[in-house]
Amino acid sequence: MRVFDMEIHSRLWLGSARYPSPAVLAAAVRAARCDVVTVSLRRENAVAGAGAPFHALIRELGVNLLPNTAGCHSVREAVTTAHMARELFGTPWIKLEVIGEGELLQPDVFGLVEAARLLCAEGFQVFPYTTTDLGVAERLLAAGCEVLMPWAGPIGSGRGLTDPFALRALRAHFPAATLVVDAGIGRPSHAAQAMELGFDAVLANTAVALAGNPETMAGAFAASTAAGRAGWEAGLMSARDFAEASTPVVGQAWLA
Amino acid sequence: MNRPVTILGAGVAGLCAAAELVTAGIDVTVIERGAKAGELGTNRYAGGMLAPWCEAADTEPLVATLGGEALTWWPRHFPGTQRAGTLAVAAARDRGELERLAARSRHGEWLDADHIAELEPVLAGRFQHGLYFADEGHLDPRAAIPALAHWLAARGVVFRYDTDAGDWPDHRGTVLDCRGIGARDRLPELRCVRGEMLLLESADITLSRPVRLVHPRGLVYLVPRGGGRCMLGGTALESTDAGPISARSAMTLLNGAYALHPAFAEARITELGAGLRPAFPDNLPRLFQRDGRWHLNGLYRHGFLLAPAMARQARIALTGD
Repeated sequence: MRVFDMEIHSRLWLGSARYPSPAVLAAAVRAARCDVVTVSLRRENAVAGAGAPFHALIRELGVNLLPNTAGCHSVREAVTTAHMARELFGTPWIKLEVIGEGELLQPDVFGLVEAARLLCAEGFQVFPYTTTDLGVAERLLAAGCEVLMPWAGPIGSGRGLTDPFALRALRAHFPAATLVVDAGIGRPSHAAQAMELGFDAVLANTAVALAGNPETMAGAFAASTAAGRAGWEAGLMSARDFAEASTPVVGQAWLA
Repeated sequence: MNRPVTILGAGVAGLCAAAELVTAGIDVTVIERGAKAGELGTNRYAGGMLAPWCEAADTEPLVATLGGEALTWWPRHFPGTQRAGTLAVAAARDRGELERLAARSRHGEWLDADHIAELEPVLAGRFQHGLYFADEGHLDPRAAIPALAHWLAARGVVFRYDTDAGDWPDHRGTVLDCRGIGARDRLPELRCVRGEMLLLESADITLSRPVRLVHPRGLVYLVPRGGGRCMLGGTALESTDAGPISARSAMTLLNGAYALHPAFAEARITELGAGLRPAFPDNLPRLFQRDGRWHLNGLYRHGFLLAPAMARQARIALTGD
């Protein structure tokens, strides 16, 4: 699929936080054949360049890096972090997070739209982490975002698709936008469910990083993401209220 | 007859290696840039937890395998080593985190509120569930390092302090480089993982063993240092910055202590500090030869836990026994 001007092969995207080690992260990325990895730079960069050794390991993954503004609570913080990310990673991509509420890490959608407008005007290619609100999605697309990253549930909660109806409505309203489900994905089956709704990709982090075996879990997520996508492309059957035998019984010996 | 060994660095890795080698009858000299052992370096900011079973939850199996040796090694070399176990607790709504820890760690036993109160009376009535790792231990790094240096000196190990080991010549006998992040001049793959800590002093709260507060967003631990003092830590940041602790980290850690017991609000903060742990990309320790010298490095968050086993491996590698 095309994401801005890049051809992306993987529909499973991975976050790079909380793995037992950089080596385990690399193994997970390889196992998932993942070519988009998000990277946070806020906490590690109180001092310029202090995160360099870790960032060098992330670059060695040889994937498209999607820096994020995780942990930013204001428009100004997020915009400053985006500038640092562009300088550090040499990419116009930025996963824009503006957090509005600390307990559930809900996006501040007003600040998000404002920051998206500012960054798009500066030439950034913005991937906003947003809710499933259709009005907000409209504003983000109008601001110049081509990709939206709606949540399935709160970040790191692993609760899966908390509101499948809202996700389905979002997909139906914006058939042309690239929609990547971000946050709340806890199990491979959650990723498959999101893909069956027609989303373009899924981003997972905690579910893989904190798994007993992150490498195996990354492979499981890649397989379920691909299965969900193939199911959606193939055309899913609708649920019915009646049973229908796939083989007719007329003319056969039949015992109830 | 084995060649004499020069150890670079009087941190926990260097001193444990010196202990193993001198016990094997080797002439050992330790080169240290500080004025005494433990004065500089990461060990000052270490928790000193000997918790191989608890740590197994988030580390490769090798950490528990090697770390088990620390539980018998340290009491033999430092009498101040405590064997009082480790207690892990969580807020009622975070019970799932304890279940995750129980499933991934080893040898933990579930405790109810009464058992928690028996172990740590100050925590009575505060937590309904806990995990207890009875076999684990802890020590105070700032007492253990000088004591071990003293033990070594009494056995003939020569210490050369105030000496920069960076350009130490490799041709005067076997060199074992245990400089931690100081060895990045020769080991470009070694990276720093920053850890931050506070020392607290409280007349109201006495803990008998390390207590870990597990939370979906991370871990905070308190390690008793005796006399109403304890060390509060838990951060791990991918950073080469050795500067002072950030307000964010201090707030996070103090918030954890306060959640453990509100009386910590009245504790005195006697010190805030930050150290850099040396780590290889797999966060596992390594012993290897490169460019004419041996390296023992990459102990990451587990210096006191892994140094004894790695020191034994160094002894076998250098002496064949």
